[in-house]
Amino acid sequence: MSRDLQPSTSPEAPVLRAVDLWKSYDDGAIGVLNGVDFAADAGSTVALCGPSGCGKSTLLHLLGGLDRPDRGEISVNGASLSLPGRLLRLLRHEVGFVFQLHNLIPDLTLEENCMIPAVAAGTPRREAQARLMHLAGRTGLVPRLGQSIQKLSGGERQRTALCRALMNRPRILLADEPTGSLDERTSRQVFDLLLELVETEGITLVMATHDRGLAEQCRRLVEMRDGRVYESAKA
Amino acid sequence: MIVLKLVATNLRRHRVRTLISVAGVAFSVAAMLTVVTILQGAVAMFSGILSNDSEMIVFERNVSDLFFSNVPDEAVAQINAWPMVSRANPVLFGIVSSAGHPIVTCFGVTPGDARVRNATWLSGDRRALAGDAPDIVLGERAAAFLNAKTGSLIPIGHDTFAVRGIVRTANGFEDGGVFMPLSEAQKFFHRRGLSSVATVKLKDKDDAAAFKREVSRRFPDLIALEDKEFDRSYSQFRILSATSWAVGGCGVLLGGLGVANTMIMSVFTRIREIAILRVNGFSSGQIAAIVFGESALVSAAGAAAGLLLGLAAIYALKLMPAMHGYVDPHVRAVVALAVAALACCTGAAGALYPAFYAIRLRAVEALRFE
Repeated sequence: MSRDLQPSTSPEAPVLRAVDLWKSYDDGAIGVLNGVDFAADAGSTVALCGPSGCGKSTLLHLLGGLDRPDRGEISVNGASLSLPGRLLRLLRHEVGFVFQLHNLIPDLTLEENCMIPAVAAGTPRREAQARLMHLAGRTGLVPRLGQSIQKLSGGERQRTALCRALMNRPRILLADEPTGSLDERTSRQVFDLLLELVETEGITLVMATHDRGLAEQCRRLVEMRDGRVYESAKA
Repeated sequence: MIVLKLVATNLRRHRVRTLISVAGVAFSVAAMLTVVTILQGAVAMFSGILSNDSEMIVFERNVSDLFFSNVPDEAVAQINAWPMVSRANPVLFGIVSSAGHPIVTCFGVTPGDARVRNATWLSGDRRALAGDAPDIVLGERAAAFLNAKTGSLIPIGHDTFAVRGIVRTANGFEDGGVFMPLSEAQKFFHRRGLSSVATVKLKDKDDAAAFKREVSRRFPDLIALEDKEFDRSYSQFRILSATSWAVGGCGVLLGGLGVANTMIMSVFTRIREIAILRVNGFSSGQIAAIVFGESALVSAAGAAAGLLLGLAAIYALKLMPAMHGYVDPHVRAVVALAVAALACCTGAAGALYPAFYAIRLRAVEALRFE
């Protein structure tokens, strides 16, 4: 459990900043975020912890521009997400997502799934191919590149999702329970790989998890309670 | 490549639905091609009747139907004498009835009329139309349905006429008609001294404008038009042409609705996939391109199949003896292209709402979609 609960502090020059975020569902009947202030500096690894339904995923979705807050302001790399055309740039070049379910397209091969962000961003094929080979090499997926997604194991699928998320060299990786659908051993392997990749590429990781063990491996641990976030000391 | 694969994959994923949509477009394209070709063939056939070996047609100004047009014999005689005119042939159109056949088209013609000159005489003598005797010449089809031979006596209206010959013309409509000497037709239809039109061959085609001016100046009640000009402006041809495109267009519209239905279903069944693409940076335009790409493939495949089907149907109609001369089996490239383009446009229109729906999907909600 977290100790020493206190409001989350904002590091200087954060790469990701959220100020006074409010979000509710069902026309305000279900309040999920109640004035969240959150910031993450470049290259940091942040674990968002808390019980199911506390708003971890909602916060990640808002930070990644997948959803809009009822109120509040989010900026990534110093630019507000409310600026025109900002969301597309954010999704193409600045943020990568890894979800609990791998969210791969089953009719495409591993390689094709990984290439989706490069196609979206119009990255030259040769450049994209080189990046894919680099990531596939790091994640041990090279022999499986031509495989259909349906023939991959759970761990391979999640590693594929990780490759895809990092294809366009985002500065931020938002991971929503990235190992939640894996067994313990595979979960550990995938998470170690994830940490290694964000570490070597200097990526900021914000990860929602209810796995305390995984959360402890991040540099910062943030607790979510009652729709707000609190900095939490590690065990 | 990946985008193309996404397009093709979705069509392959739902093969039956895709095939039904392609078939819908194909049948509508085939229907449109057939209807347009048949009606345009009919227009060309009627046009051919009027413009037989001539460049100009003279008829009564402001008349709604050429059957009601009156061109006086004196006017035709004067036009024939103009130096710029090679020849002017009066023709009187009428409807006659015979036993069991209430509507048979009758042509009152002079011996010099091109349709008689150029016809193949299957029996009888072309001199039959030279005199004033109550003799007639039958088109091949008319002879068949009237069960007549050369020498037969045929009751037409209150009179009886001797068949002096049977001809085969290049025109199915004329083949189903009765030819009478002009003077005899004028008596029969109580229109002495009048014909419906005069078809005019000029010595020099460049004199067409001068000829029209001269007709307007000397015969204010008449109008002269070049054949192509007549085809474009004659209201009945326009109605036929518009009808063909309207009927055919409705068919293609139905095909387009089929594509719309397919595309809506396609988008609904891949909501999660669209969300994945969105999260990975696909723009609204790129998402729309996938939806439109699918509809374009379905429409193009349907249009291609429809063109083949339509050509086969037209060819089959051409082989039917009853259709001889009515159907021009030559499908004009511009018509085929227009039909195919219309099918593709309708297909694209059918993808508008699905594309709009797809680009408005909120990724976060769509990812939760099972």
